Amino acid sequence: MTDTAVDEAFVQFDRVQKSYDGEILVVKDLNLSMPKGEFLTMLGPSGSGKTTCLMMLAGFETATHGEILLDGQPINNIPPHKRGIGMVFQNYALFPHMTVAENLAFPLEVRKMGKSERDQKVKRALDMVQMGDFGGRRPAQLSGGQQQRIALARALVFEPELVLMDEPLGALDKQLREHMQFEITRLAHDLGITTVYVTHDQTEALTMSDRVAVFEDGRIQQLAPPDELYEEPANSFVAQFIGENNTLLGEIVEVGTDSCVVKLDSGELIDALPVNVSNVGDRTKVSIRPERVEFNKDRLNPNAHTIKAEVKEFIYMGDIFRFRLSVAGNDDFIVKTRNAPDAVKLTPGETIEIGWLPQDCRALDA
Amino acid sequence: MSDTAQDGPMLAADGTTLKQSLARSLRREKMRALLLIAPLLIFIFLSFVVPIVSMLFRSIENSILQDTLPETVVALENWDDQSGELPDEEVYAAFVRDMLVAVDAKTHTRLGTRLNYEETGMSSMFRRSGRQISRLDPVEDAPFKDKLIDIHDGWGDVNTWAVIKTHAVPYTNGYFLNAVDMQRTPEGAQAQPESKQILVKLFGRTLYMSLVITGFCILLGYPIAFLLANLPMRSANLLMILVLLPFWTSLLVRTSAWKVMLQQQGVINDTLVWLGLVDDAARLIIINNQIGTIVAMTHILLPFMILPMYSVMQTIPPTYVRAAKSLGATNWTAFWRVYFPQSIPGIGAGSILVFILAIGYYITPEIVGGTQGVFISNRIAYHISSSLNWGLAAALGTILLGAVLILYWAYDRIVGIDNVKLGG
Repeated sequence: MTDTAVDEAFVQFDRVQKSYDGEILVVKDLNLSMPKGEFLTMLGPSGSGKTTCLMMLAGFETATHGEILLDGQPINNIPPHKRGIGMVFQNYALFPHMTVAENLAFPLEVRKMGKSERDQKVKRALDMVQMGDFGGRRPAQLSGGQQQRIALARALVFEPELVLMDEPLGALDKQLREHMQFEITRLAHDLGITTVYVTHDQTEALTMSDRVAVFEDGRIQQLAPPDELYEEPANSFVAQFIGENNTLLGEIVEVGTDSCVVKLDSGELIDALPVNVSNVGDRTKVSIRPERVEFNKDRLNPNAHTIKAEVKEFIYMGDIFRFRLSVAGNDDFIVKTRNAPDAVKLTPGETIEIGWLPQDCRALDA
Repeated sequence: MSDTAQDGPMLAADGTTLKQSLARSLRREKMRALLLIAPLLIFIFLSFVVPIVSMLFRSIENSILQDTLPETVVALENWDDQSGELPDEEVYAAFVRDMLVAVDAKTHTRLGTRLNYEETGMSSMFRRSGRQISRLDPVEDAPFKDKLIDIHDGWGDVNTWAVIKTHAVPYTNGYFLNAVDMQRTPEGAQAQPESKQILVKLFGRTLYMSLVITGFCILLGYPIAFLLANLPMRSANLLMILVLLPFWTSLLVRTSAWKVMLQQQGVINDTLVWLGLVDDAARLIIINNQIGTIVAMTHILLPFMILPMYSVMQTIPPTYVRAAKSLGATNWTAFWRVYFPQSIPGIGAGSILVFILAIGYYITPEIVGGTQGVFISNRIAYHISSSLNWGLAAALGTILLGAVLILYWAYDRIVGIDNVKLGG
């Protein structure tokens, strides 16, 4: 789908900074380039600057410093209505005094499109989101999910090349959200639209995107495809923010190019993959994904590094079992196993041996 | 309603119907709620409903003739007021008997005042005749016809008796006819003489000027309300204080200030003359006429327009305008097609408020309106406090109330009262 190597960037942020009050930078030195047709998600906790970036791209905020380019053209001084960027808002922002069809016709009307062509496009857009029969309704008569579809259709009806979405699924319930996630990605890829999607929900980011930009403190912490982001987090913030993560604190005692030795605070020595640690004596956070920890003796890899653990709690979740262990002074060490017929069930209080492969154990900044 | 009935009403546990049971359990709550608001209800009833109803009643109430001249009224029934001849002796005798009682009770002057509304001169006629009639003896001094005509020429005028006969009804439409520049005559309802026709014109002027004032309030208030709703908090608060400032100043002070501003030797004229825009000999006349009333009342009623508008605009999320712009609308289109339609409920609420306040305004037109800028309410005040023709004042007030209700109804039909929001 995405070929990051193709032609030049369609959307580009070049050393963009933004400050509202002249004292604090909300966005610090943002560099980002997106090829055409990519679905990029800006993910981050609230206040991390992701929405500000989106608003700068849409034209509702001006960059304090730096340049934003769209298809090679700087757009800093182009007003929002001339940028031709479709946008889906968090609360949908459907005009309450217009019917659904009028809402959809609005962007076409302001582009002075003829009535017959307009009707045709509105109809096509409504069919596209499976809302063909709802043209005559008012937004207030629709459910949240339906409003969401209309908002999407309205952002797409004038065939923009770039669509921005600002937490569009935030107000929907879980099931509907999952369904809409699928719909949005399908539409975006079918129509070949470049999409910038803002969310604070990491599952949404992982399932929908071609690439995810993790924001924190006004900077992109990591920009990578979902699998890379999850499996190879570049720093401890990303490791913590994306997915579930077990952290062990320690100090680097030996460091090589693709392996290092960490002395945990509890005194144990473990092997790990050095990610962004370089000096002996540095503090480090060692990160291990719960599903990469093995506690079934029969399946333990001979190369695995083993360590003693005490079972604290068993949490039944239906499809999976979760266990909370105490490992090297960390009482919140989580491990998981699939609810299979041969699954090992640990009992609280029991002391067991767990193990992981050194390459799954990443030594990150503290 | 047997227990076995499957499709009968739902039954509560004790066998009574669920509806009864529910009503009983709610009754206590309702009673308590009613008791809580009872003081207010009683207060409103005594101080608002009762005075208004009694005032409205005065516009048709007319028992004074029958109460004061009971025998005369009966005697006059046999007299044909179209005949052109004076009533016979029987009427005069009855009149003297009635008057003796009335003079004793001193009610004849009040009757004179009442009839004076219909026929000028009646008041003095009754007052002067009363004194002399009281010296007559109802039996020995008969016949009275010539004696009365001697006392006052008026009793020899067919019209006098015609007026008495015409208005000798307990409930009259006379006040309402007067209120629309007509009068009750023996020949039925007829137009007032040209020189007395003023009220219909005043009603028209009141409506027209109230509309103009409402219009100006919309034009001036909309941008301010828009700023209030869209400026950053700090500036908006300052602006809000400026909007509310007039509320903290007495109405009289504000109106008098306009007098200082607008008079021919006032601030505005002086400035214009000083700037050379207006010749000293031709200073603008902008007070004691309609301009004065419109300017002063627009200023005074402006907050009543701004506040409802503001509270509606405050609820319009900025994302709507943003969405419109992202869809390709220019600033103006986004405002006109998206923002403005959503602010209409505020305009509606403000307009109703301002218009209804304006239509009954009294102090400001009285002070700055001169003769050309006064409203119907000034006329009502005149009849209440100067001419003491309360019946006419009540009729004028009733018509005004009716007009407001009709306009409200029309507004509801055209705009829809659901579209009026005072906030939230």
